[in-house]
Amino acid sequence: MRRLVTDTLVIAERNLVRLPRAPELLLAFTVQPIMFVLLFRYVFGGAIKTPGFSYADFLIPGIIVQNIAFGGFVTALGLNEDLHKGLIDRFRSLPMARSAVLAGRTLADVVTNALSAAILIATGLAIGFSFHTSAADALAGFGLLLVFGYAFSWVFAFLGMLVSSAEAANSVGFIVVFPLTFISSAFVPVRSMPEPLRAFAEVNPFTIMVDAMRALWLGAPAHNNVWAAFAWSVAIVAVFAPLAVSRYRRAAGQ
Amino acid sequence: MSASHLAGHTSKGRPARFGPVPIDADSKAPVAGHWGPRPGADRAEEAGVSVRGLVKSYGAVRALAGVDLEAAPGTVLGLLGPNGAGKTTIIRILTTLLKPDGGTARVAGLDVVGDAARLRERIGLAGQYAAVDENLTGLENLTMVGRLYGEPRAKAKQRGRELLERFELLDAAGRPTKTYSGGMRRRLDLAAALVARPPVLFLDEPTTGLDPRSRLQLWETIERLVADGTTVLLTTQNLDEADRLATEIAVIDRGRVLAEGTPDELKDRVGGERLEVRLEDAAAGQVAVRALASMTDEPPDLAGDLLTAPVRRRGGAIVEAVRRLDQAGVDIEDVVLRRPTLDDVFLALTGHAAEATGDDAQEAS
Repeated sequence: MRRLVTDTLVIAERNLVRLPRAPELLLAFTVQPIMFVLLFRYVFGGAIKTPGFSYADFLIPGIIVQNIAFGGFVTALGLNEDLHKGLIDRFRSLPMARSAVLAGRTLADVVTNALSAAILIATGLAIGFSFHTSAADALAGFGLLLVFGYAFSWVFAFLGMLVSSAEAANSVGFIVVFPLTFISSAFVPVRSMPEPLRAFAEVNPFTIMVDAMRALWLGAPAHNNVWAAFAWSVAIVAVFAPLAVSRYRRAAGQ
Repeated sequence: MSASHLAGHTSKGRPARFGPVPIDADSKAPVAGHWGPRPGADRAEEAGVSVRGLVKSYGAVRALAGVDLEAAPGTVLGLLGPNGAGKTTIIRILTTLLKPDGGTARVAGLDVVGDAARLRERIGLAGQYAAVDENLTGLENLTMVGRLYGEPRAKAKQRGRELLERFELLDAAGRPTKTYSGGMRRRLDLAAALVARPPVLFLDEPTTGLDPRSRLQLWETIERLVADGTTVLLTTQNLDEADRLATEIAVIDRGRVLAEGTPDELKDRVGGERLEVRLEDAAAGQVAVRALASMTDEPPDLAGDLLTAPVRRRGGAIVEAVRRLDQAGVDIEDVVLRRPTLDDVFLALTGHAAEATGDDAQEAS
């Protein structure tokens, strides 16, 4: 167990140290989300009615949740690359904890997710977003965000082990995650959608997560959203972590 | 290719041996396990490699069809074969990356399945499939590997520096490895395999794709490791590499060991040496063939002015041939005894050449 912890930290450190040397990835964390915030705020913002909130307030929790879900892409792409370049073989020939390769990856994602969320919050504050709740609630929201992001890293870890190439990981991830995040309350109020979409959006975990964030940051009615979002995160890890680990064992054993 | 000329031979003054020599009937048949356990097999349990009846299939494709191998401690066992022969599968099983379907394999005295976790502390793997992180520097790569062996950071870093110095990479220690040349990367890869000073080292086609100079450097490095007592199992498609590095060679094709022995033993198995006589005048060919017929294994082969014939023993063969041709009144330009190369070995054992078969079979790994 101690071995699992130290090995996981070594792998997490490796993934963080290499990050600044892959500028295209760093760009994906920083410039891309800022661009999205600005586009939504100024291109669509004027046309979207969000009763009770300014669009800047409405948008920031939604776009941060979307961004954090996509944060796991680094894991999918990175694992796929490690697999094909033989690094996984190197790791597997070492006397290290087996699951540390995946655990270290997803742990590193928490750090990059925190970095990217902080950049988005700063951008939001600059375009008119503000916290309407206590510092404790705001911090709780940040924590929940990281938990949710961690859960999605395991989805992407599974995806990265499943597909044959980094390009495939990219397109499959995009096809799955993009509609999921858009058919939710992230960018527009669910009530504005046509009936079938609205029915889907209301049960979409992204809606639950975004509503939980609005409760914690804006003081919107919480209902059970905060606990439900936490429960979804735990459930996603419980399903996808074992899937990813078993896939890792199989893929690496071929 | 070693060629012994007339002068060299007569000076050795060996007794002339000639006459029909029994044809080695099974020289082209599979001879796996032919040599049996050698002296030293007991010690192989400690630091060597011992493989019995290894079987592995990928779906319907049989990658290994019962492989026996033996490498005594401190020796180099070369697995020689074309792409798809099963070499990489053997390496992957012996380094615990892949579970065999059947058979047993012990490395450094440990079972590759039952003692996999402990075995990983005693082996190093380098070559075409093991890699380094190209976004980490040379030192970061080695430090990471050291820490994954359970060493504290400072110690891992110190060991990393030692290895970088030894592999002449200290100047590049702080550069991401994506800026390294192919030869530098292979050296770092090998250094990573040596972090824990493993008694057994696995090298999967260690010099494939390297320029001749880098290849020579790597060969010298491997030779130094072996001199220090490391047991090495290496795969190669390169006959020169096997000839130069290997104490013993196992010729592998289609998941089987076709032959195992020292490079010299393998060459001897392919009908030993060949006498090559270049005639002054091609018209005297048939006379020459008749003159030499009774001293060779098979009827001499005549192509233009070049007459070739396999002989089992080199001693005295040239003297005898010259004497016979002189008596028959045949003028000769040159007489040479040529030892078979590993190319000849490969051709004789597999029925196809060593290097030209890469396309028809993909390495099942």
